[in-house]
Amino acid sequence: MNALQHVLHAFFNLHSFTLAMPDVWAGFQLNLKMMVIAEALVLVIALGIAIVRGLPGPGARPLRALAIAYTDFFRGTPIIIVAYFIGFGLPGLQLGFISKQSFVTYGVITLTLVYSAYVTEVYRAGIESVHASQRAAARSLGLSYWQSMRYVIIPQAVRRVIPPLLNDFVGLQKDTAIVSVIGVTEAASLAQQFSNNNGDFPSLLVAAVFFILLTIPLARFTDYLVAQRERRERAQAF
Amino acid sequence: MTENGNRAQAFVDVDNVSKWFGDLQVLDHVSLQVREHGVVCLIGASGSGKSTLLRCINMLERVEEGDITVDGQCLTKDKVNVNDVRRKIGIVFQAYNLFPHMTVLQNVVLAPRKARRVPREEAEWAARALLSRIGLESKADEFPDRLSGGQQQRVAIVRALAMQPKLMLLDEITSALDPQLVSEVLALVRELADSGMTMILATHEMAFAREVSDKVCFLDGGRILEEGPPEQIFSEPREPRTREFLSRVLAGGRMG
Repeated sequence: MNALQHVLHAFFNLHSFTLAMPDVWAGFQLNLKMMVIAEALVLVIALGIAIVRGLPGPGARPLRALAIAYTDFFRGTPIIIVAYFIGFGLPGLQLGFISKQSFVTYGVITLTLVYSAYVTEVYRAGIESVHASQRAAARSLGLSYWQSMRYVIIPQAVRRVIPPLLNDFVGLQKDTAIVSVIGVTEAASLAQQFSNNNGDFPSLLVAAVFFILLTIPLARFTDYLVAQRERRERAQAF
Repeated sequence: MTENGNRAQAFVDVDNVSKWFGDLQVLDHVSLQVREHGVVCLIGASGSGKSTLLRCINMLERVEEGDITVDGQCLTKDKVNVNDVRRKIGIVFQAYNLFPHMTVLQNVVLAPRKARRVPREEAEWAARALLSRIGLESKADEFPDRLSGGQQQRVAIVRALAMQPKLMLLDEITSALDPQLVSEVLALVRELADSGMTMILATHEMAFAREVSDKVCFLDGGRILEEGPPEQIFSEPREPRTREFLSRVLAGGRMG
């Protein structure tokens, strides 16, 4: 066997691939679970932070500053470091309830903290993209600031940011593998264990296939939404 | 005082109002009285302060000097609830500003339902009645981008009317329309004037201003340079600037 054949055998051995499938699939359930919970939390929390960041008036300055500090910190910190701080820091603090959660929960917290920072910026861009005249129209009708946000600004903003938002979620789905560093036995870590025991790598390929199969529909759905919006906007231009 | 009555009776009383955008003074000691059921047209070149004055009366812009009183309520001095004031004052913009994510009906019922807490059925019934008055009942469930500019602007007027305002501010509402769509919007404004609605219009439609208003104000550089009944302003303007402006507009064929 030459070098290439060696590598091909080590990575693309069908027998080993099939053998690893059940283990990795079992771990992948955890990825799915973390992903769904984190995405739901991110959708809500990020919108809240984006709204706080856009609050008007000098009285809201401390709140705005807090929101900016949050996004700056969690966008700038590598997720693996956040994972260590949450996964090993929180239990170490001995804070009762907070320190007695499972690694999966800490993983979800990590993902939520980091991706809320990204998605906050996405929402914020969306809110700012709604033309000022829309706000003027809403306020001039006697709607309050919050009513204008709730019924006029945010619905339009959210519609516009769905494609970039789903793009961030593709990233989140893959990063569920990173939280394995704090001891979550998810697909990637199980694949790695399997690989260590077996002395070859098809198990990693199994994990890769699962992740790809999960993100492709989301990516195509994003493409569809972008195309649909372009069609609608072109229709408006005539 | 003029035919618009003395100050005590004025429905809208703009008293010596000044406003700056940074270093630029956009309103320069503007005073204007509008009696109840009165229709006042503001004419003047773009940038003369017409829109800003309307936006100040609706509290969309802050007044830096002077006072504005509407229906006995001083907007600039007292601690007023902005939302309550705006519920009494409808404003329609040049670019319609309909909410693109809502149907025509939803556009019209939003403010009555949320700001005045009118029950849904009642609000929708009233909205449909208003829409049928302007012949657009069949468009109730369409989104705004399916309507022509003239239809959108009429919906915007109806959306403001749905709040049952006591005063309507119309800010160059035909300026963005194709010429053939202007008349349907003006017809609706004429109907409003005939029904006794108090209105202030910023407009470039001189023929319409002459027909519909009982007072015309010529704004120039943030000041009301000349005001009077339309016959006088359009036939024998006193100020050279007014004459100059009108002859320029006439040359442009806007007098109709």
